Amino acid sequence: MRRLISALLLSAVAVLPALATARAADKVKVGFLSTLSGPGGALGVDMRDALLLAVKLNGGKLGGLPAEVNVVDDQQKPDVAREAIERFTKRDNVDLITGMVFSNVLLPVMPAILNTGTIYLSTNTGPEDYAGEKCNPNFFAVAWQNEDIPGAMGEVMNQRGLKNVYLIAPNYPGGRETLAGFKRFYKGKIADEVYVKLGQLDFAAEIANIRAAKPDAVFFFLPGGMGINFVKQYVAAGADKDAKLFTPGFSADEDTIKAVGEPMIGILNTSQWAADLDNPANKKFVAEFQKEYGRPPTMYASQAYDVALLVDAAVKQIGGKVEDKEALRKALTEAKFDATRGKFRFNKNNFPIQDYYLREVYKDAGGRITNKTIGKVFSDFQDVHAEKCKMK
Amino acid sequence: MRDTLYIPLRPWPTLGVVAALALLPLAAATLGQPFYVVFATRVLIYALIATSLNLLIGYGGMVSFGHAAFVGAGAYAVAMLMPAGVASAWLLWPAALLAGAGFAFLVGAVSLRTRGVYFIMITLAFAQMAYYLVLSLRVLGSDDGLTLSNRPSLGLVDLNRDTTFYYAALAILLAALAGMRVLLNAPLGRALQGIRDNETRMEAIGFATYRLKLLVFVIAGAAAGLGGGLLVSLNGLVGPNLLNWTQSGLLMIMVILGGAGRLLGGALGAVLLLVVEEAIAEHTIHWPLVIGVVLLAVVLFAPQGLSGLMRRRA
Amino acid sequence: MPPSLIAEQLLNGLQLGLMLFLLAAGLTLVFGIMDTINLAHGSLYMIGAYIAASVIEASGSFLLGIAAAIAGTALVGVALEMALLRRLYRRSHLSQVLATFAVILIANEIVRMIWGSQPILLNMPPALSGPVELLGLRYPAYRLVVIGVGLATAVLLYLLVARTRAGMWVRAGASDREMAEVMGVDTRRLFTLVFAIGAALAAVAGALLGPLLAVQVGMGENVLILAFVVITIGGIGSIRGALLASLLVGLVDTAGRAFLPYLFRQMFPAVIAAEAGPAVASMLIYVLMAAVLYFRPTGLFPARG
Repeated sequence: MRRLISALLLSAVAVLPALATARAADKVKVGFLSTLSGPGGALGVDMRDALLLAVKLNGGKLGGLPAEVNVVDDQQKPDVAREAIERFTKRDNVDLITGMVFSNVLLPVMPAILNTGTIYLSTNTGPEDYAGEKCNPNFFAVAWQNEDIPGAMGEVMNQRGLKNVYLIAPNYPGGRETLAGFKRFYKGKIADEVYVKLGQLDFAAEIANIRAAKPDAVFFFLPGGMGINFVKQYVAAGADKDAKLFTPGFSADEDTIKAVGEPMIGILNTSQWAADLDNPANKKFVAEFQKEYGRPPTMYASQAYDVALLVDAAVKQIGGKVEDKEALRKALTEAKFDATRGKFRFNKNNFPIQDYYLREVYKDAGGRITNKTIGKVFSDFQDVHAEKCKMK
Repeated sequence: MRDTLYIPLRPWPTLGVVAALALLPLAAATLGQPFYVVFATRVLIYALIATSLNLLIGYGGMVSFGHAAFVGAGAYAVAMLMPAGVASAWLLWPAALLAGAGFAFLVGAVSLRTRGVYFIMITLAFAQMAYYLVLSLRVLGSDDGLTLSNRPSLGLVDLNRDTTFYYAALAILLAALAGMRVLLNAPLGRALQGIRDNETRMEAIGFATYRLKLLVFVIAGAAAGLGGGLLVSLNGLVGPNLLNWTQSGLLMIMVILGGAGRLLGGALGAVLLLVVEEAIAEHTIHWPLVIGVVLLAVVLFAPQGLSGLMRRRA
Repeated sequence: MPPSLIAEQLLNGLQLGLMLFLLAAGLTLVFGIMDTINLAHGSLYMIGAYIAASVIEASGSFLLGIAAAIAGTALVGVALEMALLRRLYRRSHLSQVLATFAVILIANEIVRMIWGSQPILLNMPPALSGPVELLGLRYPAYRLVVIGVGLATAVLLYLLVARTRAGMWVRAGASDREMAEVMGVDTRRLFTLVFAIGAALAAVAGALLGPLLAVQVGMGENVLILAFVVITIGGIGSIRGALLASLLVGLVDTAGRAFLPYLFRQMFPAVIAAEAGPAVASMLIYVLMAAVLYFRPTGLFPARG
């Protein structure tokens, strides 16, 4: 019930000011467009909660100006997102847009955002499309480039001497991009590369094939419910005894751990962030998120929280003159803020240069299952597409 | 004897509604809310698509659970042709219409062997095949869909202006409704409703019921394809979600909500569903709950759908 | 491909089929007997899984969780029948579609309000969480339980409908409601009972499959479509049709995923095979349904009409 009330309050707060059409330079308007309903809604809710938390902890302000966050649900439908963008740009006159989770929403609507000259801060996906030749001064990937995290895992497998790896991902561009990122770094042999139906429920056939192929290890990228199904079934088949599971952090974060429990223990995963990273911004974020929402934050939450910190710093830097788009853009690229993930700066393509970590799911002394950081894979890593970007 | 099937034209209410719709962009501009013109255009397009489905469900007794596939056929036709250099809406929209009609012909030819719930499910099967095909084909953009940089051109008028596009969509919707009324009042429409009520009897008195149903199925598919072409022209994007079964379900819900078997049923349902969603979705993430309650209220208190309610009051 | 792998994949196919049967059994019962389209069957499945998860979390007992899920969901079913569906029996299928679609939307949001948007934990009991040796084949113990429960459900349902007095009433009520009422059958209470059984079957599926699948809001919609595919192929209202169709769909789907990629790689260049394999595999059950309905327009075992 508490959840219901807070959700209603939050959305009411987010929406009421939207009715005003006059442009006031005395506040920062953020259009937060994300998938909040349906089976894919959990990630968007995490991001929304984190962003609103950052604003709240900042006294309701970003960069000294009162912040107005307009929250809209895209239902994971590009046409709904397209219309929300019309609303943001034509009705609400937002200064920034952020929040989308899925590339199948982001990619179709991105031209519509960029054509209006509005700044977009990507809280999650960092598609190749905007990392290379088509890099855009208004597109900022605050999370990662899509190939970074799987690439880091490819490197980990090399370091561990794994020479025969089985790959599995959904049959859609994101799945193929992720495996491409992995293969860019992984040097060993590929036992097989399997693409499954998006949203697949049963993996018995795939697991039997994996066992028959006798690989050293399995690298899987199965976002959302698919990853939960796969891990549960893989461990129940005892297959993890023969070939350990490796995955990008997306399928081994707090949300998945909470839904799978014990079978997750021992899964190695890579991420640009971890709850136990030792820096003041992260400590505050993890503690406050837990306190506010009664659950531990995920990497998605950290990404949205970092977006808020970034905007805060940039707006402060230009003295609150958000109407000066050029100055705001420049301040954003300089990104002078303390991110929850530690060191962070933008490359010339507005994609991150940052560190990537190896995490392992374990049970802590208190019996809680969570990730611990067990090493750094890449330092100051920049994505491979940046060199094709002509900006700056 | 009173002709119960004849759909009368009530000139004054019709004129009133058309005038109100025609003035809508002006009102939006006066109130400084140009955004709502684009929203209203999308509502008009969905009204067209739902109307085409209403022809099947309400008048033909053919409950298609795969209508989104025809919308998708039209949308992808436009999205494929435009990058190939076809820019004129005079070519693109008819192409969308043909794509919808062609696909409907193939699906209908097989599906119309079945009836009732089996028809519902076989149309779903074909739509799901189309969905997974689009999702798997990289030339169609797969899961990321396709984007267009421009709207098509329509000769003298500029569709890149939202207001112009709105009037184009309105004209098409009105033409479709008028066409549907003519069709239903014609012998073909009478026969169709006869088949809906008792197919065996119609067959016995010599009607080629299969061919007649297939013809209507293709007409509805064509209109849905045109709707898909309009949608992609308006938004400049198309993705496989447009073909998903949830989309077909939503179209069905629009028709039942508005009143299956009433001329304006599909249109009314589309308007109500989209307007309610637009009004509440930005206030709470639990907006589907509100929609659910509205639908339940309609089922329980307006058994014939919204248009049934209106007729009773009138 | 070694014969032992082929055998294992066949077993996987049968197992998936019985999972589908658990999902479809309640749906075909309600549809066949009450002639009512219940789109909210998937929601009952979801509610069953959530209740099971909560009770297991609180009590630590898997069996208690399953029992609570069955009882709780059956109660929800009774409430739903008495408050809503009862008013719709004499209305068209379209009204039933609209009403039960509304129930889906409402149920999803209520579950989201109570349990949150994140998927929740539901695991198998530790004793069943590993594999066992079976004729030289290592197979997950829990999946064997699913096979057992699936078969037991099929037998029980068949006996219930074909051999008991209640089943006789049910068949009478289904084929001619007025006549059954004249003969003294209280169809009103009977229908409530049937719907409760349908809900309980959905709960069995939800609670039993939860440990293999993600328990999250919207989990019901994916399986709803599968369940409809199964009961349509089988012939609506037919228990043995549903069983046969489940096994058929399970086998075809598993075979498509297990063997098609290999087959395509033998037949086509690698680029085409990599794209066509998954595409065809995901369409396969719909191709099967269209083909079955083309040759048998009322399913394999038409039960009514």
